[in-house]
Amino acid sequence: MAAFKFELVSPEKLILSEEVDQVVVPGTDGDFTVLAGHSPVMTTIRPGFIDIVRAGGKPSKIFIRGGFADVAPNGLTILAEKAMPAEELKADVIAAQIKNAEEDLADAKTEAAKTAAAEILGQLKDIQAALGK
Amino acid sequence: MPSLKTLRNRIASVKATQKITKAMQMVAAAKLRKAQMAAEAARPYAERMNTVLANLAKGLEGQPDAPVLLAGNGRDQVHLLLVATAERGLCGAFNSSIARLARDHANRLLAEGKTVKILCIGRKGADQLKRQFADKIIDIIDLKALKTIGFGDADAIGKRVIAMFAKGEYDVCTLFYSRFKSVISQIPTAQRIVPAEVQGTAVSTGGIYEYEPDEATILSDLLPRNVSVQIFRALLENGASEQGARMSAMDSATRNAGEMIKKLTTVYNRSRQAMITKELIEIISGAEAL
Repeated sequence: MAAFKFELVSPEKLILSEEVDQVVVPGTDGDFTVLAGHSPVMTTIRPGFIDIVRAGGKPSKIFIRGGFADVAPNGLTILAEKAMPAEELKADVIAAQIKNAEEDLADAKTEAAKTAAAEILGQLKDIQAALGK
Repeated sequence: MPSLKTLRNRIASVKATQKITKAMQMVAAAKLRKAQMAAEAARPYAERMNTVLANLAKGLEGQPDAPVLLAGNGRDQVHLLLVATAERGLCGAFNSSIARLARDHANRLLAEGKTVKILCIGRKGADQLKRQFADKIIDIIDLKALKTIGFGDADAIGKRVIAMFAKGEYDVCTLFYSRFKSVISQIPTAQRIVPAEVQGTAVSTGGIYEYEPDEATILSDLLPRNVSVQIFRALLENGASEQGARMSAMDSATRNAGEMIKKLTTVYNRSRQAMITKELIEIISGAEAL
């Protein structure tokens, strides 16, 4: 299979930049698979997992949230606000963290702390929903 | 002529000061490396964002239904100045040069009869602007508690700025920060973020782009995010600039202290010699008189 260039970028850093064979992207209007020579598409993404298949390497899953995917003739670029490898996400860990976050939200006194806690909670719920599928 | 004891005390205190400035310089150098790395790591995202925005904006240019965050709301009356400075001083002209740029901008706008609102990120800029614009400052965002700035922090500020825009509290938003060029050169910069100033030229992709959902939806999702990204980038650049400025300020402070010690030591030695000579003369003339 022909390889193409794939880059995963978060605001903090460039997470991945390598040659891959296939990537499944969770687009807002539905998941789609990108192979080499895909026609140029620009789409926003919904929270979910990207599936990366490399030649000879083992496939990997990364959770992404908020951002967009840009398929250009020279490769695929995903700009994501948050990105986490799937191995770090276990259902029971997430459930415990959600419980924690809910307590934080209940305890939050200032407006800023409340927004921060709500943000974290929303993120965790997104992950849980994506894992549930 | 000061007494020998006061001279000794002064030399000791200058030496103590020199030790502190030297330590601060080294701390700043270590922090600078970290801040610079963070700023560089954030660049790819901001650059891609710019390219994509430029591509999208070109398609929508001049259309009546262009998003307000891109085209503006058609008014130019109320200006929001977002002034990002450091939380700490002792970093040369870093804080005052940003504050000066913001002050000049505000004065110009006021002279044109515009309304100015100021939102300060960081205490130091607020302290300087308070003297002249105490009634214009709507809030001060304190980032002192944060060790490193994450995207979440910038995003919170970005969301707030956009919420204010949605409520019609201002028409144009300009961000003031210091761009990191090198350790000895930081450039205070003003950047308009609402309506978005699209930098960079659109890159022709050759083929026809397909947009999913449509361009307008993507753009309206992207523009608020872009505000946060620009703020994030500015904060990181500011962080690196602050440490750079502090490093060079502390370096020259250390050098000044060294020079001062040298001068004081010369004076001290001279007066010690003079004292000895005086005592000798007294003894000899006393002996001769006998």
